[in-house]
Amino acid sequence: MPTTIIESKDFNLFYGDFQALKNINFQAEENTVTAFIGPSGCGKSTLLRSFNRMNDLIEGVQTTGETNINGISVYDKSVDVNELRKRIGMVFQKPNPFPKSIFENVAYGLRIDGIKDKHIIEEKVVSSLKKAALWDEVKDNLKKSALALSGGQQQRLCIARALAIEPSIILMDEPASALDPISTSKIEDLIYELKKNYTIIIVTHNMQQAGRISDNTAFFYMGELIECDDTKTIFTNPSNLRTQNYITGRFG
Amino acid sequence: MHNTKKNRLIDKSFQFWGIGNTFIGIVLLAIFIGYIVYLGASRLSFDFLSSLPSRFPDKSGIYTAMVGSVWIMFLTAIFAIPIGVSAAIYLEEYQKKNRFANILEINISNLAGVPSIIYGLLGLQVFSRTIGLGGNLLAGALTLSLLILPIIIVATREALKAVPNLIKDASYALGATKWQTIRHQILPAASGGIMTGIILSISRAVGEAAPLIVVGALAYVPFVPTSPMDDFSVLPIQIFNWISRPQAGFIVNAAAGIIVLLVITFSMNLVAILIRNKFEKKMN
Ligand SMILES: Nc1ncnc2c1ncn2[C@@H]1O[C@H](COP(=O)(O)OP(=O)(O)OP(=O)(O)O)[C@@H](O)[C@H]1O
Ligand SMILES: [Mg+2]
Repeated sequence: MPTTIIESKDFNLFYGDFQALKNINFQAEENTVTAFIGPSGCGKSTLLRSFNRMNDLIEGVQTTGETNINGISVYDKSVDVNELRKRIGMVFQKPNPFPKSIFENVAYGLRIDGIKDKHIIEEKVVSSLKKAALWDEVKDNLKKSALALSGGQQQRLCIARALAIEPSIILMDEPASALDPISTSKIEDLIYELKKNYTIIIVTHNMQQAGRISDNTAFFYMGELIECDDTKTIFTNPSNLRTQNYITGRFG
Repeated sequence: MHNTKKNRLIDKSFQFWGIGNTFIGIVLLAIFIGYIVYLGASRLSFDFLSSLPSRFPDKSGIYTAMVGSVWIMFLTAIFAIPIGVSAAIYLEEYQKKNRFANILEINISNLAGVPSIIYGLLGLQVFSRTIGLGGNLLAGALTLSLLILPIIIVATREALKAVPNLIKDASYALGATKWQTIRHQILPAASGGIMTGIILSISRAVGEAAPLIVVGALAYVPFVPTSPMDDFSVLPIQIFNWISRPQAGFIVNAAAGIIVLLVITFSMNLVAILIRNKFEKKMN
């Protein structure tokens, strides 16, 4: 029996008066990759950001319903949002390394967590860079500014940075959309590798990418989750006509 | 076809108009500085910088006024920087964006445009009379702090605003608290802009005479101030005083004093520009 790690129950989200998510019921199981697909503005990023409550940072956001991460209702008043985010890694569409050294980028999450021991920090920085498949390219230049890396390297650095705090979940919002094909395939290989130990949600506009890397695919349309199923089923035999039209490129 | 020609003509004439106006400004400034240097350069010497004021123009120096200006600069910075920067952090990062915040923002911008003499009157009433500081350094510095607070707040907020949301999001997503994000990401990224704003505002304070005269700074100070409670003069007041004397020698002194003041403010502005350029490079 697989464990449900992420769960949205009758979840609604409003930006002021505008309802961006409508009655979402969604589940993701441990060590799976789920792809979020759907036309622009349908709420993929919004749902992704609801899992680690990044939406809290936007003024005027209101939610109803429930979101459970590892069985904990995260919108509960007793939940410490900073602790929640430490258990969930996030990778953004545009690589956004801090204007600091490569080392300090990866160490940042550890430092703000109050870890002072130099050896522990060094060890985790190295292992995170290795997990993010960046170690070989930067091991001689850890003091170099992260901004001097290429876009693809920066994105893998951002992944390493997210891995350093040892989350169990990784949320990725179009992580490869700003990258060239070679960097993209490196990121895809990496996701495949990471799946063994992490639960991953990835937003993508690239159908082939969704097909290649995900176990499950969720199709969204105008704030609704139209269907979520096995990726193979979604791509070959979707139960909803809109899903089929979207996948075959008839709209969106 | 006809329209393109006309537009091009308008474009060209505006360009010439702009070049002309820029030129007028630069030429006037060059004439002014040239004349000041011509008048005062011969008077510049170690003696001039290290002598107390005197009744005799050629024995008179700007030592006390310079020390007064340094004191004022130092004290004003101590008061205005922490208050200004923290106020800006609060307004930019913590204050909810509502009507009250809007009104506050407009008013702070307006305060930055209030004539300096008004601040002098406020300082006279509050610091000199009510608190009873009289015309000492502390009263002068507090008054100038009020004067430059809005400038520091506005400049700091601009610098904070310029920090990309992407970076803030990255920090929050790693579980950083608001303060950790401000302390480790936002402030370092904004520090170039903040420092530029601070230096420019302090260099403005160094050039002020009117509010200090109102507060009660002296024109003739035959001693060097050694504590914040001492009476004082500053360079602009000393210059102003010399200019109003009838003897020709004092006019030369005034010109030399202006050169010193210009060198100080120009170098501060230069430092501000260098800092800004350095940080711009680092952020890209
Ligand atoms: N900060 C915000 N304030 C108000 N409305 C917002 C905000 N962010 C998103 N929205 C709206 O919410 C809806 C969903 O946006 P979201 O960013 O989740 O879409 P998306 O599916 O990720 O789109 P894309 O594929 O273009 O990234 C859109 O209509 C958008 O305009
Ligand atoms: Mg999006």
